Amino acid sequence: MSRWQIARLVASKDLRIERRSRVLMNQVLPFAGVTMVMFAFALDASNVLERVAPGLVWLATLFSLLVLVQRSFAIESDDGALDALRVAGVDPVAIYWGKAFALAVQLAVLEVVLLIAAVLLYGADVPLGGIVLLATTLVTATCGLASVGTLYGGLTAGFTGRETLLPLLVLPVVAPVLIGATRAVESALGTGGVALSEGWPWIGLLSVFAVAFGAGGALAFGPLIEEAT
Amino acid sequence: MTTTPTIPAEQPAATRRAGTGTTATRVLGIAMVVTMGWLVAFGLGFSPADRDQEDAVRILYVHVPTAWVAYLAFIVTAVGSAMYLFGKKHSLGFDRFAGASAEIGVVFMALTLVSGMLWGKLTWGVYWQWDARLTTTALLFVSYIGYLAVRGLGGSHQQRAKRSAVVGLLVVLEIPLVHFSVKMWRSLHQDASVLDSEGDVSMDGLMLFSLFVGVVAFTLWYAWILLHRTRVMAMEDMLDDHGLDRALDARRAEAEEQS
Repeated sequence: MSRWQIARLVASKDLRIERRSRVLMNQVLPFAGVTMVMFAFALDASNVLERVAPGLVWLATLFSLLVLVQRSFAIESDDGALDALRVAGVDPVAIYWGKAFALAVQLAVLEVVLLIAAVLLYGADVPLGGIVLLATTLVTATCGLASVGTLYGGLTAGFTGRETLLPLLVLPVVAPVLIGATRAVESALGTGGVALSEGWPWIGLLSVFAVAFGAGGALAFGPLIEEAT
Repeated sequence: MTTTPTIPAEQPAATRRAGTGTTATRVLGIAMVVTMGWLVAFGLGFSPADRDQEDAVRILYVHVPTAWVAYLAFIVTAVGSAMYLFGKKHSLGFDRFAGASAEIGVVFMALTLVSGMLWGKLTWGVYWQWDARLTTTALLFVSYIGYLAVRGLGGSHQQRAKRSAVVGLLVVLEIPLVHFSVKMWRSLHQDASVLDSEGDVSMDGLMLFSLFVGVVAFTLWYAWILLHRTRVMAMEDMLDDHGLDRALDARRAEAEEQS
């Protein structure tokens, strides 16, 4: 089978599991929603909330990313599925692409819901002119986050005492995505008077990040999932 | 019937030595002590106080060298990781070298951050500012703590080495990405001119010389401690390998004693 076919199989398997178990719908989205409410409690004033809404959306995304990644690999390690795939000689690059794609789809759904929550709860405003920038930010940032998440998820999957390592490894690495995505969304929404044109350089940063970790992650995934049995 | 427990005859030669010192480390150590003495003399004594910062500038004679050594240590970790991964023999020595360097780098980076905060409070009036250099340093510090945690994940020595080497190279990828994104971010904010966006200090004459002595002294210290730590790691790995044999022999001897 070609790498592309394997990746598609892995991705569709992950998404089918998600559709049947509904963990994203029933657990992760409510968690993200609760986080948005918690931010409102912590930050008190409504004008502050509107000003920092883009940042809060991406913060909630990052925290939910950690949960999603752990879920993505928990379904593998429970039955030793990842080990079985590896021992069967399946190309790890294909597994990586498949899992990253499935993770990206779930992340994208999450981000759209969080944006809607920001509009509803924080009074954020989405001008029509910013829609293209917003959509591009979503795509590029999601690719970067999914790449990093799948890579480090593979490393920390498996034995207990490892999952706690995931936040420590992932969060410093995705700091550029947080910076870039927040600034780009601020431009798209016009928060704090930021012009639309200022958002596009950040898309450049996000794209570089996505490509760098997409490529690096594909290469690094194989060695990292090798396990002691 | 009593028998003394048998110890494996093939004990590696390195562990018969009393410690990890060799001629090389002794030379490095003496050179380090001498240069440190020079640093104290020049840094605290001979070099003048700065016109604007007064005596606070003396913190820089420690801060700049520790920052230099921390980044050097991380580059060495990356090089060691690459040599392990892409070398034909996948020699564990490179992995231990990389791990030892990362440990030392984390310590020096902590020293850099603390001394930098003290200096910043005295000169800028704040402990921290969000510029590219400081933010990258802080995130790198946390990232290498993560690298050290990955080293402790367990498994065989070769598995540890492979995992750590891959993570070590990935962390290096992070440096330019974080630095550049923070730089872009901070360029949006025009801060008050008191806080120079780079925080650089111009120096000349005796002050520059003291700084140079400091860099040399700390680099020697780094090299000395790196050699020692790598050798101790080699001994730890050997203990791991032989430890099971020794435990089995001891249990066998106990059983024979009781019979």
